[in-house]
Amino acid sequence: MAGIPSRHRSLVLLTGVIILQVVLLAVQIKRDSQGRLLRVWTVGAVSPFERAGAKGIGNIRGTWSHYFALQNTSRENEQLRRENDELKLQVNQLQSKAAEADRLAALLNFRQAQRNVPMLGARVIGTSADTASQTIYLDRGERDGIRRNMGVITPDGVVGKVIESYRDTAQVLLLTDKDSGVGAMLADSRIQSPVGGTGEPLLSMKYIPTDDTVNVGEHVVTSGMDRIFPRDLPVGVVAEIKTGRPFQQVRVRPAANLQRLEEVIVLLTLQPLEKKEPAAPTAETSGKGVGGTAAVNP
Amino acid sequence: MMNDAFDLRLAEAHIEVHKFRTGAIVVSTCLALMLQAFVPVYISKFAVLDLPLLVTIYFGLSRRNPSTGLLLGMVIGLLQDSLSGPTVPFGLYGIAKTIVGYLASSIGARLDTEHPAARCALTMMFFVMHQGIVTLTRRMLLAEPEPWFTVRLAIAAAVNAVVAVLLFALLDRLRRS
Repeated sequence: MAGIPSRHRSLVLLTGVIILQVVLLAVQIKRDSQGRLLRVWTVGAVSPFERAGAKGIGNIRGTWSHYFALQNTSRENEQLRRENDELKLQVNQLQSKAAEADRLAALLNFRQAQRNVPMLGARVIGTSADTASQTIYLDRGERDGIRRNMGVITPDGVVGKVIESYRDTAQVLLLTDKDSGVGAMLADSRIQSPVGGTGEPLLSMKYIPTDDTVNVGEHVVTSGMDRIFPRDLPVGVVAEIKTGRPFQQVRVRPAANLQRLEEVIVLLTLQPLEKKEPAAPTAETSGKGVGGTAAVNP
Repeated sequence: MMNDAFDLRLAEAHIEVHKFRTGAIVVSTCLALMLQAFVPVYISKFAVLDLPLLVTIYFGLSRRNPSTGLLLGMVIGLLQDSLSGPTVPFGLYGIAKTIVGYLASSIGARLDTEHPAARCALTMMFFVMHQGIVTLTRRMLLAEPEPWFTVRLAIAAAVNAVVAVLLFALLDRLRRS
């Protein structure tokens, strides 16, 4: 840089840095390498803060709902306020516990209905740091048995799949991401077609021939053909249909609320899954695998 | 070397170069990245903000040194890439924020960027430019069909510009007087 006039130095530096990053991009495309080591370091550095933040938010929410939110009622009457405060405090605590109990009960019910599928509850602690990709971070990772390509669901429906697993954290590609997809079929007609993300809240069911009949409001479930999710898990509901050639443009509203995920279930197997009815599992098969030792406990 | 604050005369313009408290840039950068990755879990609308970009623009405009501006942009961009997962390759946001960091510092050295209206307009411009570079990179280098313009982009640019005015006023407090 010594021979370069000072006013051009920054321009030369800019050019060099851009070229370097373009080469970096090219190398990743060519080798299909994703710079895993750097990502491990960054995620490793950030996830403890996210984990602590998730706990902190829970405490702040509790403090807010149990104390600050009740302060306005004090204006009406001092004595009533005290009584109200105490009662509302108790009600809020009970509601909070009831809501949590409902969520956990739903997780537990789902877990019991799927005893043969090893699964693990996990808490969402972060999202991707950009607007282009739709990913979330979980508070469980390789140490808990989570590996790449494992399915992630909630009792409401399919969430996505694990795309990276770190020591104590895992990254999940949501169904709404443009690179995401799941083997699916229409629940009534059993017409099969993959459902993929579009980067927007609605999903796209890609290959439904124009001749086939699809109705708005029809349920879409997993087909099991992707060898990640068991059959008949809810994927979503048909929200829009547009005619097209040779395929209809079918838009699906996800069954799971992907905008607001706090607890999810990871299917701890890379083997093809087959959904069984709740009565089917036996004592021998239930509780086997990693999921057996780590029941739903987000 | 820069002192706490000194005047730079460039094209007869009276431009003040600001220096910040020790660790202010590092802490602001880390905080922006962590908030960007954490808050949308609880407030999904927060994802419309690009805090790492706003931090890049702010320090670029304030430091007014193109070399440090572009290097800061590169570091922030690459960190954002690394937190964004395998679907976002290293360099995607790195390239965009490097260019924005460079341009913000270059413009900051020529214009008065202290007024809220100027900050609002510049942030909106840089936001659109940043998304344009990301789209260009996706289309040219990654062969991904990405729309050039969406209504969401226009709304996001406006929201980021408004938030930038408030955020920049907050970050001004980190300057050494």
